[in-house]
Amino acid sequence: MVASPETIPVAESPHPPCGACLTHVRNLGVRLSGQTVLEDLSFDLRCGEITALVGPNGAGKTTLLRALLGEVPFSGSCHFHGGPGHPTRRRLVIGYVPQRLGFDRAAPLTVADLFALTSGGQPAYLGLTEAARTAACASLAEVDAAHLLNRRLGDLSGGELQRVLLALSLSPSPDMLLLDEPQQGLDAAGLTRFYELVARLRGRFDMAVVLVSHDLAAVARIADRVFFLDRRLLASGPPAEVLNKIKPM
Amino acid sequence: MHLLSEFWHGLIGALPWAWAHYGYMRLALLAVLLAAPLFALIGTQVVGLRLVFFSDTLGHAALAGLGIGVVARLAEPWWAMLVWAIVIALLMTWVQRRSRAAADTVLGVFMAFSVALGIMLLSRSGQSNRLVTYLIGDVLGITGPGLAGLAIVLLVAIALSWRWFNALALTGLNASLAGSRGVRVAWVQTGFALLVAVAVTMVIPWIGLLLINAFLVLPAAAARLLARDTRQYLACATILALTAGIGGLISSFYWDTPTGATIVLWAAAFYAFAFIMHPHRASQSQSAVTET
Repeated sequence: MVASPETIPVAESPHPPCGACLTHVRNLGVRLSGQTVLEDLSFDLRCGEITALVGPNGAGKTTLLRALLGEVPFSGSCHFHGGPGHPTRRRLVIGYVPQRLGFDRAAPLTVADLFALTSGGQPAYLGLTEAARTAACASLAEVDAAHLLNRRLGDLSGGELQRVLLALSLSPSPDMLLLDEPQQGLDAAGLTRFYELVARLRGRFDMAVVLVSHDLAAVARIADRVFFLDRRLLASGPPAEVLNKIKPM
Repeated sequence: MHLLSEFWHGLIGALPWAWAHYGYMRLALLAVLLAAPLFALIGTQVVGLRLVFFSDTLGHAALAGLGIGVVARLAEPWWAMLVWAIVIALLMTWVQRRSRAAADTVLGVFMAFSVALGIMLLSRSGQSNRLVTYLIGDVLGITGPGLAGLAIVLLVAIALSWRWFNALALTGLNASLAGSRGVRVAWVQTGFALLVAVAVTMVIPWIGLLLINAFLVLPAAAARLLARDTRQYLACATILALTAGIGGLISSFYWDTPTGATIVLWAAAFYAFAFIMHPHRASQSQSAVTET
């Protein structure tokens, strides 16, 4: 499920979605501490599409992301099929943007350090290698954040940090991008800008985007499909259709 | 090995100061030069991962190991301390992962249990006097095997850090993010807990179990206030640990004070200095910044 970084070139040039890369999820179920958190989920995720996961608190949205990440055991199946133009890889590469990072604002940690930690190369206390620095700059440029490379994480605004995390998830180029409630720490303008960025990247990278959100209005603007989840998949389809269906609920 | 020893004694013995004329001071200096970088390397991660209470619990758990070693009539009860520290480190990691109780509660239980067990066993065996040796430690009593042990653990820690430093730091930032990057989170956490257990137990006889955690944590905590990136953080922690170690050792010679406590006082002074020099970091940490 999880890609090993050494099997993948560090700086890949992105290419537009082919529309043929598919992740088939069938009858996925998760039980945690004896309780059913998710059951009988079946859906497809296609490259170039933004799928929004909405649902009440405790509906299992984050658990579904954790299952896709391979972090929690699940029943059922999850298979990835690369399209004809897809580079040969043994496993699915997942980019993940977490809700938050566990650091205090005084932490001696720069954006460059964050890329060094994930580069799969030398320990971060030796700094970034030249190749890793080039790749980091390329990823940051994708989210208009190349100027942030040497800034401390604690000095970044909420929006800047989200963009940096997004850039981090693009290297190596993912088949699937998972965003877990990216609205945390952003105001309305910042969120709009962030979602516009995600929509732009969707058109540049050959990847499926899965977005967990409580913000239904924003979801309606950028998602191609919405999954309404409450332990089971209760509704799925184009945003307007699903949002109409769930309004009475 | 004999040549190395002669070289070291010759080199330091040639220094013009009084302390350098004593063989035990020359060996203690070597111990500090090995322990300081070891503790800086581990301490930076301990502070970064918010494991300060965890390492403190391991230090205090040594008491129970000592008690068991004495009751079992081991010639060298230190080995019982090592085994006990490893068992406790594994247990604490396992319980923390499975328990819903707050981490500090779980650690508090382990610390209380170990301290109580240690005191009971030592007092039953009538060897409470052994307690003081390990509570305060005595780096001036270090010999060849102790130094060799420190050197081996330092080399192992550096070798492991080459492979684990990034994985561990990423796990501290976000376990799911680390997992998505191929990090085996549970293995990395358990492995680091073992490394802390071994390193702490290795140094306890020389610094003492009361102050071991202070020597582990203070240089890193001070460096955290002064550094702006990971490289500076480790470099600064190493320099501070070395300076506190050497300064504490030499000043304890002239002041006739216990070396472990003097080293820790130096480290505490460095922390106070770093805190005063960079108070703006503390005020920054309270400011909530939103999108610009």
